[in-house]
Amino acid sequence: MPDLLLELFSEEIPARMQAQAADTLRKLVTDALVERGLLYEGAKAFVTPRRLALAVHGLPGRQADSREERKGPRVGAPDGAIQGFLKASGLASIDQAKIESDPKKGEFYVAVIERPGKATTQVIADIVPEIIRAFPWPKSMRWGTGTLRWVRPLHAIVCTFGTDVEDPEVVRFEVEGIVSGDVTRGHRFLAPEPIRVRRLEDWMAKLEAAKVVADRDRRKAIILNDAKDLALVHGLELVEDEALLDEVAGLVEWPVTLMGTFEERFLDIPDEVIRATIRANQKCFVLRDPRTGRLANRFVLISNIAATDGGAAIVAGNERVIRARLSDAKFFWDTDRRTPMADRLGKFDQITFHEKLGSQGARINRIVALAREIAPLVGADPELAGQAARLAKADLLTEVVGEFPELQGLMGRYYARHENLPAEVAAASEEHYKPQGPSDRVPTAPVSIAVALADKLDTLVGFWAIDEKPTGSKDPYALRRAALGVIRIILDNNLRLPLRPLLVSATRPILGEEHYETHPQDVSRLESLADKVVSDILQGLAKRLANLPADADVESPERIEGLTISGDLAADLMSFFADRLKVHLRDRGARHDLVDAVFALPGQDDLLLVVRRVEALAAFLDSEDGRILLAGYRRAVNILRIEEKKDGLIFAGPAEAKLLKEPAEEHLAAAIETVKRQVADAVGREDYAAAMGSLSHLRGPVDAFFDAVTVNAPEPALRVNRLKLLDEIRSATRGIADFDRIEG
Amino acid sequence: MIDPALPPHMRPDRSFQGLLLTLQAFWAGQGCVVLQPYDMEVGAGTFHPATTLRALGPRHWKAAYVQPSRRPKDGRYGENPNRLQHYYQFQVILKPSPANLQELYLQSLDAIGIDTRLHDVRFVEDDWESPTLGAWGLGWECWCDGMEVSQFTYFQQVAGFECSPVSGELTYGLERLAMYVQGVENVYDLNFNGRDGAEKVTYGDVFLQAEKEYSRHNFEHADTDMLLEQFRMAESACAKYLAAGDAGERHLMAQPAYDQCIKASHVFNLLDARGVISVTERQSYILRVRELAKACGAAWLKTEAGGATA
Repeated sequence: MPDLLLELFSEEIPARMQAQAADTLRKLVTDALVERGLLYEGAKAFVTPRRLALAVHGLPGRQADSREERKGPRVGAPDGAIQGFLKASGLASIDQAKIESDPKKGEFYVAVIERPGKATTQVIADIVPEIIRAFPWPKSMRWGTGTLRWVRPLHAIVCTFGTDVEDPEVVRFEVEGIVSGDVTRGHRFLAPEPIRVRRLEDWMAKLEAAKVVADRDRRKAIILNDAKDLALVHGLELVEDEALLDEVAGLVEWPVTLMGTFEERFLDIPDEVIRATIRANQKCFVLRDPRTGRLANRFVLISNIAATDGGAAIVAGNERVIRARLSDAKFFWDTDRRTPMADRLGKFDQITFHEKLGSQGARINRIVALAREIAPLVGADPELAGQAARLAKADLLTEVVGEFPELQGLMGRYYARHENLPAEVAAASEEHYKPQGPSDRVPTAPVSIAVALADKLDTLVGFWAIDEKPTGSKDPYALRRAALGVIRIILDNNLRLPLRPLLVSATRPILGEEHYETHPQDVSRLESLADKVVSDILQGLAKRLANLPADADVESPERIEGLTISGDLAADLMSFFADRLKVHLRDRGARHDLVDAVFALPGQDDLLLVVRRVEALAAFLDSEDGRILLAGYRRAVNILRIEEKKDGLIFAGPAEAKLLKEPAEEHLAAAIETVKRQVADAVGREDYAAAMGSLSHLRGPVDAFFDAVTVNAPEPALRVNRLKLLDEIRSATRGIADFDRIEG
Repeated sequence: MIDPALPPHMRPDRSFQGLLLTLQAFWAGQGCVVLQPYDMEVGAGTFHPATTLRALGPRHWKAAYVQPSRRPKDGRYGENPNRLQHYYQFQVILKPSPANLQELYLQSLDAIGIDTRLHDVRFVEDDWESPTLGAWGLGWECWCDGMEVSQFTYFQQVAGFECSPVSGELTYGLERLAMYVQGVENVYDLNFNGRDGAEKVTYGDVFLQAEKEYSRHNFEHADTDMLLEQFRMAESACAKYLAAGDAGERHLMAQPAYDQCIKASHVFNLLDARGVISVTERQSYILRVRELAKACGAAWLKTEAGGATA
């Protein structure tokens, strides 16, 4: 079976776009082939700085012929219908149509449309120009006088098709003046002459001979192996860096690994700064000395040419640039250490954090206050937490961080250590930014936790206050990450930390103390209002997440005249947290319906307790007691719903003792009373396993009740009382969760 | 390869002016008009009307010139071996960009002695954008052995207008390139005139004092009241000239108006270096200059050189 080879030869493609572009080319071409009935055995894409290529293996030589029969009007139909049929089926005259008959319709025309399959080369010549014109580069451009868009000027196209026993055919087409052919070029400097290529193996071999390694993965492997070997020869270890390796593999067609040196005096600079300097500016790898564990005064560079002097000039040139860069870095590092961090703080008053949220200075003050408030709740010393919060951002004003923003926090740690500040303060500088992503470490030291939470909560509350919430895929201030950070810090450290009061505190300085001076009553109302709004919103949210229809009775938060903005804000944020928590728990395999069921209860702002409750509930529902009780609960609620609807009433317990006639109902009433008390007691102790245990005692009485008692008794008083009893079952379970939300 | 016929003091690897003259001769050989620097203070060679304005409209154009570039904030009182508040760019603009622009660029490197069999020359992604000019393009920074020696850009938009045809722009950082080919570590040690002994003039001899004086000026003494006033004056003069030159289908004074846009841009850079512009104001100043640039670009397109038909 024949193979397709396609190569798009251009000026240098940005390294960061190469892998994606190769993948996209493969997908677009193979999808288009399959769509046209051309199935293939395999496809592989290649990419270098100057070429994007694709080989599709095992294609048929042509499309299968197709035959279609199209029914037309009956014989003798009006001329309009006949003409329409001829037009639609492409026949020249009605004589070309067959006549068939059918007992119902009588005689009618049938057009037989036969389409011979096109040669695959023709299909390729049709689809490739379209794919080139519409290729989805992240950024594309025009050049010269043309209108074609490509990532950088496109110069040549190779397109051949054939089997390995014959000379392949050139698939001819033209894209804005570029005519496809079978000629490519080798390495820009080492083998610039034109090369005629036939098919994949030939293309690969000739390019290799012309100093081009076409396969990106092979270039990566070569770079990594050579760099490691070179390090080993010098008794050193390569500091591996996948992102840098990816980038470097996209900058060379013929990787040649060389080693350079820098003066030992630069090793005074922290390793991270050396690495950032050499990596960001020079795209070189650094090396570690296994004897000291620190960086060695060497680097590995990947050149794109095998130079005639063995690379001496290239190494010398790179060494000069790195020397200049490290001199700058050392100057920054030395300068930074001459100014104590505390002396930098004044400048923050002049720096705007966000137009609507005031200066960095004001923000730091808020974080300090909040960190001090959180400190005792997480076992940290408030004085230390305050000091750490005050200094945590100070490194933003240092030269090193100005140059390498990615070193923020880490540099603060170095400078704090240099000033002999307490170890907790130094650690918090770095750790308060954590966790940055799902794989990042969560801080565990109490002072770091206090500052990290204060920083994140201030960010969340602040952007909430100015209505810059994340929407859809837009989250420019990384608020989802901040919320998830709070969730992970709390859960991973098993912290008991009701969030609502903290959110309210965080809100106060953002709304400004004046607000409270003019609205003194807000201070006392804040908590109760927030509580109400939290529960309302959480219920609304849970309904939304449970995919109830839009017209379901979603309670909107009660708007009380003069409701504090603070309360609203904290509540809204709490629902955001609930949302994030669900995502987090779902990722860890929890049932989202159980999370909904727990969040549906009012006042759930203690994330750790929510999680514990969900876990206990899951275990309970997995047991036989749990399953049967859930069935009983559903039966009760179904009956209640039907009867409530019938009467247009809500039957709210408790049932009246004197109307309990049957032993089974007396028994159930008594059991509910006991269970309710026990559940409340256990929940009070935060012993959710015990609460579930108590709840399981309802299973027997509920079953017995349904076996022995007719709810819809002929006597209205008895019926109402029994319905109230059913409502008691519902309310007993409400101590644990909203069982209505449990699925399955 | 460096022309072996050159006398030693004219060699680009020995003499700063030799480097400049070599590049000039090379691009003259490619049919460029060789211009002199624009006679106003600008932040980059791109500001020269031979680039900004000529990049607009359908007319073909090839030019090369040296442009002294002022970056008031980059002043270091002559103490930094690489940073200058006044330095030279060598600017080439070819419109439409020829298909062999990369090869021409590499030949120009060869002419100043950068042998691509010995040195690792690379085109590394670098998208260019000038918020003040309302301009952007795609291209690369060109590396020689890990050092950025040029910028290479295909203009896509200038003054808010799509470029058609597309211009190719090359910008050589002359000091950096000279330091590389001369093998010196400090810009002030560059041999300026290619002579030896008592006749030798260094870059420091020519510019060190100026760097010190202008650093003082830029950071400490530039008269901010005057500059603020100058910004307003340039802005309003630009609008005035644009209005006065507006003749309906045609425009009669696009270039004088554009001078005022250049002026406003430089004054803004000085104010910025003096630290009297806050972060929020900064954005609005940039937008104000951009509005001027856009209006001048629109006016240019209504001139003969801008391609307007009579």
